[in-house]
Amino acid sequence: MTTLTTQTSAPSSTVAPARLYGLVAEFENPAQIVAAAEKIRDKGYRYWDCHTPFPVHGLDKAMGIQRTILPVLVFVAGAAGCTTGLALQLFTNSFNFTIWALVWVTGYPFLISGKPALSIPAFVPVMFELTILFSALSCVGLMFLMNGLPKLHNPLFTCDRFRRASDDRFFISIEARDPRFYRSKTEADLKSCGAAAVEAVVED
Amino acid sequence: MSTIQAHDIDNTGDVPGKRTALVLGHTDFHQVTNTICRPNETRKPPMAWYIMFGISMLLVMNLGFVVHYLIFTGVGVWGLNNPVMWAFDITNFVFWVGIGHAGTLISAILFLFRQKWRTGINRFAEAMTIFAVICAGLFPGIHVGRVWLAYWLFPIPNQMDMWPQFRSPLLWDVFAVSTYFTVSLLFWYVGLVPDLATMRDRAKGKVQQMAYGLFSLGWRGSNRHWHRYERAYLLLAALSTPLVLSVHSVVSFDFATSQLPGWHTTIFPPYFVAGAIFSGFAMVVTLAVPARELFGLKNLITLRHLDNMNKVILVTGCMVGYAYGMEFFIAWYSGALYEKFAFMNRAFGQYSWAYWIMVSCNVITPQLFWFKKVRTSIPLMFILSLFVNVGMWFERFVIIVTSLANDFLPSSWDRFVPTWVDIGTMLGAFGLFGVLFLLFCRFLPMIAIAEVKGVMPQADPHWEGWHQSHGAGSNPAAAHSAHGDPS
Repeated sequence: MTTLTTQTSAPSSTVAPARLYGLVAEFENPAQIVAAAEKIRDKGYRYWDCHTPFPVHGLDKAMGIQRTILPVLVFVAGAAGCTTGLALQLFTNSFNFTIWALVWVTGYPFLISGKPALSIPAFVPVMFELTILFSALSCVGLMFLMNGLPKLHNPLFTCDRFRRASDDRFFISIEARDPRFYRSKTEADLKSCGAAAVEAVVED
Repeated sequence: MSTIQAHDIDNTGDVPGKRTALVLGHTDFHQVTNTICRPNETRKPPMAWYIMFGISMLLVMNLGFVVHYLIFTGVGVWGLNNPVMWAFDITNFVFWVGIGHAGTLISAILFLFRQKWRTGINRFAEAMTIFAVICAGLFPGIHVGRVWLAYWLFPIPNQMDMWPQFRSPLLWDVFAVSTYFTVSLLFWYVGLVPDLATMRDRAKGKVQQMAYGLFSLGWRGSNRHWHRYERAYLLLAALSTPLVLSVHSVVSFDFATSQLPGWHTTIFPPYFVAGAIFSGFAMVVTLAVPARELFGLKNLITLRHLDNMNKVILVTGCMVGYAYGMEFFIAWYSGALYEKFAFMNRAFGQYSWAYWIMVSCNVITPQLFWFKKVRTSIPLMFILSLFVNVGMWFERFVIIVTSLANDFLPSSWDRFVPTWVDIGTMLGAFGLFGVLFLLFCRFLPMIAIAEVKGVMPQADPHWEGWHQSHGAGSNPAAAHSAHGDPS
């Protein structure tokens, strides 16, 4: 049930107290997290995030996330793939230059079925395939890199409650490095948004 | 754990102005996670799984044997002869590449068209694509004869100072199929990452935690990540759509750019693509029917999903039938003597039995799907999907072998008869596919967990249930929190 509890999930040990990573607030449904995200955004926090088991519609706007420039980068990669495809085929099949590409290599102007050396239409399929290949690889690679993944460890994973972020619960995390973070005030902010529970997470 | 037995609810009809439920019998997100993860988390899979795995494993061992025998002896162990230099090898290659196409169609094209029912079937359809392309890749790899020189296919400097010949459709095929495999794998993996994170968070054993943890890359459901993730997923769908249409077009160029009667036709690219989607959907139905039965996924892969797939089979079956008819029309209309002969020979020549198997399986039997009773009957759709699989295999056999065996000069005609090695390799590829697919069913979530949750009405922040309860204190989600913390 909705109880407001604050507890530290760090194992109680005798070593020096661990540094606070931030606070995690649990919400029960998509409607609550969207409403809460709007409030947290308006309080002016910078280092905070929502964690949901699936992309929640409208949460990007509620958090004030700017549109990613990923599509632009993918377009550039696709153009590079297309150019690579053309250059590769022209070099290997149309001219006899010698260039250095790790080893010295020489092109070979094939004469096949009387086609001209610069038979661009015959080169289109491979140009197309390399456009798609370069775009798709950069799309996935850049998406993970921009997300800072792979990063197998995150202090949030020490919080048992947080495991439900990949199942059926919705979380807001606010990091302690945020300039507006004050433990008691931030905790009150999260509670005022209707959090079912607020928990502190420590660095380990 | 009692699951609501809702799979006998009929959700195949449409009520105007209302959305039909795609997820039956699940009232919250946690139940969906449980249903999908159960086959991966049970200690032992069902007995049928072991039996199928055993059979598939035997076929794989047989595959290993025949492939080694082929490599150490030479391609002469196949039934190939002078006019018929392509037969079972390329038939199987085209068959398996075609199977793969349905997976990409479901994951990419249906995504772009906002067909939400795809979420129930896209994961294992994509898995099917990847495994089918692996099986397909085997055949051109071994039919070149001197396997150790396979690197001549790629633009790598070699000892002859020669380059691949980029004006050949066979080389386009190398690029098309390898790009297709890479992009399908990426698409599948990107879709898997959030679900692997779910598996990681639920895993009890150390090994499972490590394995799922490693492959989920530290995914923590961050909305800043979801934002880029959704963009990337959309881009991948948009990239895969022209790719999937290009792959089978390029495969058809292998034939269409030659001058052989029966191959040299402009209808080939669209005809091959339609046939590929046709055969692929049939394979999805063949796999989905037993999988939903065995692993208790009937509420997520509902009758509506199967009904929709059967409709796609019907449409593409009609397209394929139209292409068969049009080939005959053009052969007659062109007035080309050899072209006319090639088609009369297909229907009435030495391989007419194969031609009529193809027509009855691909054109006649799918017409039964006009009836809703057939489209929603589990045993009938399973049998019909098997017919389509057989018919589409024979289509490739007919196209390849009849055209080669009886070409321009009667003096060079011959007959292709498969040897035991041909048949062993064909069965072995089915075994390889079976092993990969069964391992996938055992260790990875068969349905996209995050995506299915996203199409439930509860996923919408404006769903009425969330707002009625606001302030009243009787939150419907709170009532379900009795499911217990998975920690």
